[in-house]
Amino acid sequence: MSRKFTSIETKHYEERDALFAALPKLGRRDFLKVSAAAVAAAAGSGVRFFPTSFQPVTVANAATREPFTFAYVSDSHLYRKDLNDRFVRSILRAVDDVNHLDPKPDFILYGGDLAQLGKREELDLGAEILKNVQQPIRMMVGEHDWFLDMGARWRELFGEPTYSFDHKGVHFVVLMSVNEKDFWTPRGMTPEQRMGTVAGLDNGIQSRFEVGAPQREWLTNDLAKVSADTPVIVFSHSPLYKYYKNWNFWTEDADEVQAILKKFDHVTVIHGHTHQMLTNRIGNIDFHGLLSTAWPWPYAPEGLPKLTVQMSRPDPFNPNDGCGDGSAAVSADGLVDKVYNLWNRNPIEVTSGYLASNGVKSVPAMPNMKSF
Amino acid sequence: MKRSQILFGLAVLVLAGGALQANADDPMVVQLCDGKTTTTVDKNAPKTKENGQKIAADLMAQWQRSHPEANWIATEREKHAIVEPADNKDVVGRTQGQSYGQVTDRDVLTWQRETLAMAVHGSTVFHSGDQLGSTIAVSCDMCHPDAANTHAETYPKFQPQLGRVALLRDMINWCIEHPVRGTKLEPDSPNMRALEAYIMAQRKGTAMNYGAR
Repeated sequence: MSRKFTSIETKHYEERDALFAALPKLGRRDFLKVSAAAVAAAAGSGVRFFPTSFQPVTVANAATREPFTFAYVSDSHLYRKDLNDRFVRSILRAVDDVNHLDPKPDFILYGGDLAQLGKREELDLGAEILKNVQQPIRMMVGEHDWFLDMGARWRELFGEPTYSFDHKGVHFVVLMSVNEKDFWTPRGMTPEQRMGTVAGLDNGIQSRFEVGAPQREWLTNDLAKVSADTPVIVFSHSPLYKYYKNWNFWTEDADEVQAILKKFDHVTVIHGHTHQMLTNRIGNIDFHGLLSTAWPWPYAPEGLPKLTVQMSRPDPFNPNDGCGDGSAAVSADGLVDKVYNLWNRNPIEVTSGYLASNGVKSVPAMPNMKSF
Repeated sequence: MKRSQILFGLAVLVLAGGALQANADDPMVVQLCDGKTTTTVDKNAPKTKENGQKIAADLMAQWQRSHPEANWIATEREKHAIVEPADNKDVVGRTQGQSYGQVTDRDVLTWQRETLAMAVHGSTVFHSGDQLGSTIAVSCDMCHPDAANTHAETYPKFQPQLGRVALLRDMINWCIEHPVRGTKLEPDSPNMRALEAYIMAQRKGTAMNYGAR
């Protein structure tokens, strides 16, 4: 008889045996953690959090952390609803998606570019739609929200774009990574012209995105009080690495920001802007992109990170293909498994195991029709 | 209007400028080929190439001030990276004596400028929801930055969704009608021709592979 379908009891005893087998290898400090976890487990809480796992790596963190999920909606690029109903329908679909997730995510990240041209009526429409999200929402700003009034309306609606918070033992940082050096004043541009320039992905007049020195200093100070073994998750609109300069799939001071994050055991950066399945790993940092609800971007002609599992080329005959939303499962170790919920396709999960094994294990389904 | 045409017209009118004289003592008025822009010239000034150039420069400067869009090619190329056409310099001055092969630097320059101008025109349409006639403010570049993923080299190919073999222009029109929500272009219309030129230009160097998915 096949052992493929192991019973729950068998799994339980196998994992229990594995735990005891691993115990002699633990140092004193780890042993105390395991002991504490064992006490907690005896009290019943361990059963709730780790119903099937006794593995030491998980138990070691059980006293302080528990796994959880969060979901995201991103890059909706709203115009006024009487001008463009298509993008409105798309964000409504995403809101509906995240409201129907089971189990409920702990919070929803909005990944930036709520508006297309930064107009008050666009941002207000987005804020109104996002009120329908049932879980708490964490907002991130994108360049399309910013460059008409340099963030004035966005701030009124959602507060400061740079902040941090702690959730279930994980330290979260939200950055405003789409600052640009002043290209508009020397050209005598109006705010509308400035916004229109930034809104064009392939418009070469604009500057490259940057976090900037003041925010890097803020980040350094914010992280000074966080211990190196605390998992850190960073939300930034632009990818915090250098992928393709011409489309601002790029952060000019990415190297400096990565250096600030270097001291931590586990860092995950979740970014918007690229409208595609996008995966990277640099040193201790895992990077995951977000899908857009409005339209997919093609992969850039060069610079694509090696670990990226491309999404098959979107169907031009289906306006929702290649778009979507998604979620992230954060393990008790603070490792992130990222789910791309592509509309009209099966969801694709890019796990921390895939990244940690350098693309050898847990390999997701590969595309048959790549970007040209 | 292209700079070369204006200069040509100007040259004609500088020669014809004398006809605008009222009498022998009045300054000479030189008019540009637009029928509006004029400049006055001391008719006793020596008729040197330098003085002629000054007249031309003055008229051109006036005309450019009143036509800020005249530099549309430079303006568009500053915004968007447009691949340049083949320069053809290798065929200049090499001939077996046949008239067809008598190619000058000027020929090559004309070919290059005219061809590039068509692609640049295409880029302006490609990047403008207004020029495309979008009713929902959507333009081609929103899904295809730098015309990426338009893969002109794969046409013609059978498109099951259209139920027939599609040419590039069929897909352009499909996009204009659907994601862009505009009205499809006549196949021979200036904007369609320019869009094709731009999309093809961006794939320069890619091997033709019709039918590829």
